[in-house]
Amino acid sequence: MSAAWETVIGLETHVQLATVSKMFCGCSTRFGAPPNTNICPVCLGLPGALPVPNELAIALAVRAALALNCAVQARSVFARKNYFYPDLPKGYQISQYDRPLATAGHLSFLSPERGVVRAGIVRVHVEEDAGKSLHDRFPRATAVDLNRAGVPLIEIVTEPDFRSPQEARAYLLTLKQVLQYVGVSECDMEKGSLRVDANVSIRKPGSTALGVKCEVKNINAFSYVEKALTVERDRQIAVVEGGGTVTQATMLYDSKANTVRHQRSKEESKDYRYFPEPDLPPLILAEDWITEQRGTLPELPAAKRERFVSQYGLSQQDAGVLTAERSVADYYESVMHAGAEPKAAANWVMGEVLAHAKDHQEQLQVPAASLAGIIALVKGGTLSHQGAKKVFTEVAARGGDPRTVAEALGVIQVADTGVLTQWVDEVVSAHPAEAARFKGGEAKLMAFFVGQVMKASKGKADPKAAPRLLEERLSR
Amino acid sequence: MTEVEVLAAAKAAATRLSKAKRLNALLTPPAVVRKSLVAQAKAVRASGVLYGMPVAVKDNICTLDFPTTCGSKILEGYQSPYEATVVTKLKAAGALIAGKANLDEFAMGSSTEHSAYGRVLHPLDRTRVPGGSSGGSAALVAAGAVPAALGSETGGSVRQPAAFCGVVGIKPTYGRVSRYGLVAFGSSLDQVGVLGRSVHDAARVLSVISGRDPRDNTCEDRDSLRLPTVPERLEGFVIGIPKEYFPVDLHPGVRRACDRAIRALKDLGAAIRDVSLPHTAYAIPTYYVIAPAEASSNLARFDGVRYGSRAGGVTTLADLYRETRGAGFGPEVQRRILVGTYVLSSGYYDAYYRKAQQMRALLAQDFRNVFDRGVDLLFTPTTPTVAFKAGERTKDPVAMYLADCFTAPANLTGVPAMSLPIGRVKGLPVGGQFIGQPFLEDDMIEAAYALERAISGTDEA
Repeated sequence: MSAAWETVIGLETHVQLATVSKMFCGCSTRFGAPPNTNICPVCLGLPGALPVPNELAIALAVRAALALNCAVQARSVFARKNYFYPDLPKGYQISQYDRPLATAGHLSFLSPERGVVRAGIVRVHVEEDAGKSLHDRFPRATAVDLNRAGVPLIEIVTEPDFRSPQEARAYLLTLKQVLQYVGVSECDMEKGSLRVDANVSIRKPGSTALGVKCEVKNINAFSYVEKALTVERDRQIAVVEGGGTVTQATMLYDSKANTVRHQRSKEESKDYRYFPEPDLPPLILAEDWITEQRGTLPELPAAKRERFVSQYGLSQQDAGVLTAERSVADYYESVMHAGAEPKAAANWVMGEVLAHAKDHQEQLQVPAASLAGIIALVKGGTLSHQGAKKVFTEVAARGGDPRTVAEALGVIQVADTGVLTQWVDEVVSAHPAEAARFKGGEAKLMAFFVGQVMKASKGKADPKAAPRLLEERLSR
Repeated sequence: MTEVEVLAAAKAAATRLSKAKRLNALLTPPAVVRKSLVAQAKAVRASGVLYGMPVAVKDNICTLDFPTTCGSKILEGYQSPYEATVVTKLKAAGALIAGKANLDEFAMGSSTEHSAYGRVLHPLDRTRVPGGSSGGSAALVAAGAVPAALGSETGGSVRQPAAFCGVVGIKPTYGRVSRYGLVAFGSSLDQVGVLGRSVHDAARVLSVISGRDPRDNTCEDRDSLRLPTVPERLEGFVIGIPKEYFPVDLHPGVRRACDRAIRALKDLGAAIRDVSLPHTAYAIPTYYVIAPAEASSNLARFDGVRYGSRAGGVTTLADLYRETRGAGFGPEVQRRILVGTYVLSSGYYDAYYRKAQQMRALLAQDFRNVFDRGVDLLFTPTTPTVAFKAGERTKDPVAMYLADCFTAPANLTGVPAMSLPIGRVKGLPVGGQFIGQPFLEDDMIEAAYALERAISGTDEA
């Protein structure tokens, strides 16, 4: 039924900035501390306490904005967003409103349906997080944990530029990748360091006007993004096709039931009474400082991917895998600098290295130079691929020079004709019947003889050198 | 002073504070103050410039030594776990904290009749008000219980009670003194101020509490105020007399006292110049949009969740808020929260809050225009009347608000201003006001030193 409708989605993403201390006080931002231990007069909202901005948080927010191609404003203004809730200690959240930190950016991502799509970024602004209300901890009571109150966030608001739940997810993954590259945030949805709200509407294909939107909240894992948005889109289509109209509302996603439920309508929405925060002067950023921040930005994933394709001759696919995470891309380049051949290095990193890392807390345990050494040993015929894997595992576990490790493991291949000839003679003598059949034209028996040579050599024979010697011996 | 003398002075201050109890100016019980003063006198380091000086502190400034109630039921018995920067600075200079002074609830009022802990009496006439909201601080200084006290200003709350009680009151430039630990009312207007029995007492306390504070982003990164020397003459000073501060209905006694003070300034060699601040009449309406707007947000934290009083027997969150705040806040505070909430509401913001901010800019331009034309200081009456009768204005909020019409402009524009006694009318003090240029408190204090010496603040005008 969805073909008759076009889905329009815009996203508001909250990202926790990777600072050690909170946005307006010196309290720790550590996740998982015992409740109400990372608190002070400022983040508790005690009478008389005042906020002081965290300069690192501002720098990270600016870096994020620059990575999202935004115009960073020389002057932005903090504002109070007023509402009552027990986990909001001051009765207002310090945020930014009509003068945000940055505006008019964009981020390109790969849409599963439309290829490369450029999503508009309306704004990036800085704000503090609220605390956490725990409704299920004590019977008939709500507990409040204020460890999170005052943790620095940026909110990234997009244009309604996504045309499917799949596109929304693809954008989010790209956003996460970029922010992780820049070192702005861990972007861990499960720990709440990346949270997303979506505005969803539908319209007839070809229409340029926007339909009535509903906001979907409580999407708290990447795996729920598509599901939640699909459920909401389908709900809207069902409403309209059933002869009804969509009314503006906030919907909460329930991941257990995979449904959305109505939270509040537009009429019930709060009046936040925003006004400029009088406790903080406008945030003035010098042009030079912004330029300096721009200069410290690392190469971003898209640029790196393109460079890997052109510089190393890799496929888009392989370059994409290698640049998905900055640490992996950096590792690959270190292997290259140690003299490895691009394609072989790519195969090793995408294969053994990533598989090993997955089983070892994402640690890249084999030094890049060692991997380059292993690759060189394979190329020179000293190691078989199987032998090389054993060396890799050993180096990962205990370190050491690859050749020394290979010798210790006894996996060095023997290409020496004299030694090989002995094994060949042994094998041919031991299997006269097969030798006769081979001579009679059964060429497929070569594989049998090579296998026997490998067996006799306990795997040390160079499988590329053995067939030539067998051929000579058997044709005699 | 020696250690023995300081201890004796602390005990004497405790006795004087105890004798002033009838004024209801001090919220801390006399016995508690005495015990604390003795302990502080024994512990205080002898190096500070305020060594042994007892200073009362308005009860909206957080202290570790005493509870901080803001004159409100909602903070009854509230003990702050930290102390205000100004209090730390006072202690570091050797001052002794002489208890907490009564005030209008959350500093909202001009008569100190709006305290949940009862009104403060005028030291010279108990049927009258001492002014407000720092009425407790002013009354304690006027009664001779302490040489100086901290107050706070949002619209005139130091200068107006100083004028009513016949003491000196200084409101420094916005950003001169840290607000960290001052319970916020109107954050863009609030400043800690000082009340003193003389210009020198007020000025030297101000000097100690002034200066940078990394905990307050609105506090300027400047050294503390340097005190001027007492001048012989005021030659070279150009003092502007703004006509808007001398309306036809100005209290005749106040006018006489001001005229006499202006003649004295002229005799001291100052050049007197008539000037105009055309937007002055809009100061009070502007103030009563901005201050309540900020207050409505600043007072949201008093919700019964984390500290302060909490309503019992409620079952919903909305009831918890409604009952706690309904019972905890007095009528004037509730009125201002309602006004502030209204003017910030979507659909009304532009008509009220934005317009008020525009007017605020015009008021600041008024001052700049005058100061840019060579005027060093302005001299005006501090208040349009002398201390009024208790109960006279409590039923008429607007009449009460107009008590601040000559003081609020300095808060709206951030400029420094001070009041000093310039005479009496039928025994009641009249205050004269100097308004200075931003961060030039020293000019204002210099002129005040000279005027204080030239005229008697206690003579009938």
